[in-house]
Amino acid sequence: MSEPVIHTDKLTKRFGDFVAVDALSLTISSGEIFGFLGANGAGKTTAIRMLTGLLAPTSGKATVAGFDLYTGAEGVKRNIGYMSQRFSLYDDLTVRENIRFFAGIYGLTDQAIKEKSRQLLETLKLVAVADTRLASLPLGWKQKLAFSVAILHEPKIVFLDEPTGGVDPVTRRRFWDMIYEASGRGLTIFVTTHYMDEAEYCNRLCIMVDGKVAVLDRPEAMKRHFGVESMNEVFIQLARPHRTE
Amino acid sequence: MKEAVLIAGVGKRFGEVQVLQEVTLSVGEGELFGFIGADGAGKTTLFRILATLLLPDEGRSEVLGLDVVRSYRDIRKRIGYMPGKFSLYPDLSVEENLRFFASVFGTTVEKNYELIRDIYSQLEPFKTRRAGKLSGGMKQKLALSCALVHRPEVLFLDEPTTGVDAVSRKEFWQMLGRLREQGMTILVSTPYMDEAVLCDRIAFMQEGRMLALDTPTGITTLFRKPLFAIRARETWRLLCALRASSHAASVYAFGSALHYTDNRPAVRADELLVALQADGFTEVSVSVIQPGIEDTFIALMEEKQGSDHV
Repeated sequence: MSEPVIHTDKLTKRFGDFVAVDALSLTISSGEIFGFLGANGAGKTTAIRMLTGLLAPTSGKATVAGFDLYTGAEGVKRNIGYMSQRFSLYDDLTVRENIRFFAGIYGLTDQAIKEKSRQLLETLKLVAVADTRLASLPLGWKQKLAFSVAILHEPKIVFLDEPTGGVDPVTRRRFWDMIYEASGRGLTIFVTTHYMDEAEYCNRLCIMVDGKVAVLDRPEAMKRHFGVESMNEVFIQLARPHRTE
Repeated sequence: MKEAVLIAGVGKRFGEVQVLQEVTLSVGEGELFGFIGADGAGKTTLFRILATLLLPDEGRSEVLGLDVVRSYRDIRKRIGYMPGKFSLYPDLSVEENLRFFASVFGTTVEKNYELIRDIYSQLEPFKTRRAGKLSGGMKQKLALSCALVHRPEVLFLDEPTTGVDAVSRKEFWQMLGRLREQGMTILVSTPYMDEAVLCDRIAFMQEGRMLALDTPTGITTLFRKPLFAIRARETWRLLCALRASSHAASVYAFGSALHYTDNRPAVRADELLVALQADGFTEVSVSVIQPGIEDTFIALMEEKQGSDHV
């Protein structure tokens, strides 16, 4: 059994009287595809902001990629990847510039950036469009590039925050192919989505309701437990938001 | 049925990019009509043309019998438009936003309260809160209330449920159903295929063109091959194996199953089952299923694009 990539024990975040994340306890191991679900306002974003070292927890313990969230937030940030639908790449930069920019942000040396760019352009078959601005590329290519750039610095874990929102059904599935391949290479995937069919593709799922873990299990086990056919039905039964705004 | 919206050969380009191409369709009065497609399909551009916010380059459009270019002032009074991007005033409270939009249209909240009560009553406990401080689901309800407050005859909703969780999406569609019962014409766009079945008719949009137009049931008849749902213990290995097979015409993951079509004309489910078991798969099940909206959309996309997708 490999060492957990994420381990949290009663991780909590309060904003004044409001408990946004209430005693979150998770253990996620290497290569796992972990789905993190919940209704809007259930505390997902706050939890992710803590796990990515962007927001200090109020209480509880947590290590991510081997670093403590309280004392090693900078280490966490350097050793994780992050991609979301809203924030991924710059449309006004070329493919090559995007790679160079993000590699630079993650502190790769000039030599490493050169080498990585060459490799990446070849693997993704983007050599011919390396100097094309991103805006004019098909969505499927952009998505592939965004994911590859998010893991360019070889992190142990990548956080994907609604990576497939607004994407066509074929591109959405190609994206999941990449997730499976990366997980096969040992990368841990922490993913949020509003598509319930995608929830079924995860090894384990956690559904948050009102800041708490309502259920954490394998998708098959959840469906069996609730006696339903699809994750959509599980979600609808569970995630009805009770919280007052 | 009288037409509420007429679109004839509409095209639009932004610089080099043709964002809409020869779109032709009409929407009847009282119809709930869905535009289904991903980002970049041209849905927003079409809605902006119909809402008189953007001029088309080609073609002609009418809303309520009025030309969108010549009669834009008259159209604006009679339609409601909810843009995809949250466009209310974040610094005004919930109630102030609603009153502002009512006054712009020369009416009052009280006068049309009956129409929005269903939706707005859920917001009333927070009516003094600034709109910018609302959650995603609440913002969406407020935006819908503001688009309805002048009792429009045609409602344009551009991706009202994008980024909204599955429960709130369900509630939102229940609200649309009730508005439709009151006779309102509703045009709604969405990237979610599961929402398409809730519309009277749908148009599939892809890269500025219309791929198909029909009722949700009618559209699935465009899927012509026998479709199989296949399950096995290791879904990912199954997906790779089926894709590598020379018999496979298409293989796509659909939740816990794979949807598969075969290029042999009369292959049977039990033959596929035996073949997979011989390949070492366990807990295999194969069944013939009816294609859904998403199966059909994918099939039409593939047909159109051939293999130019990476």
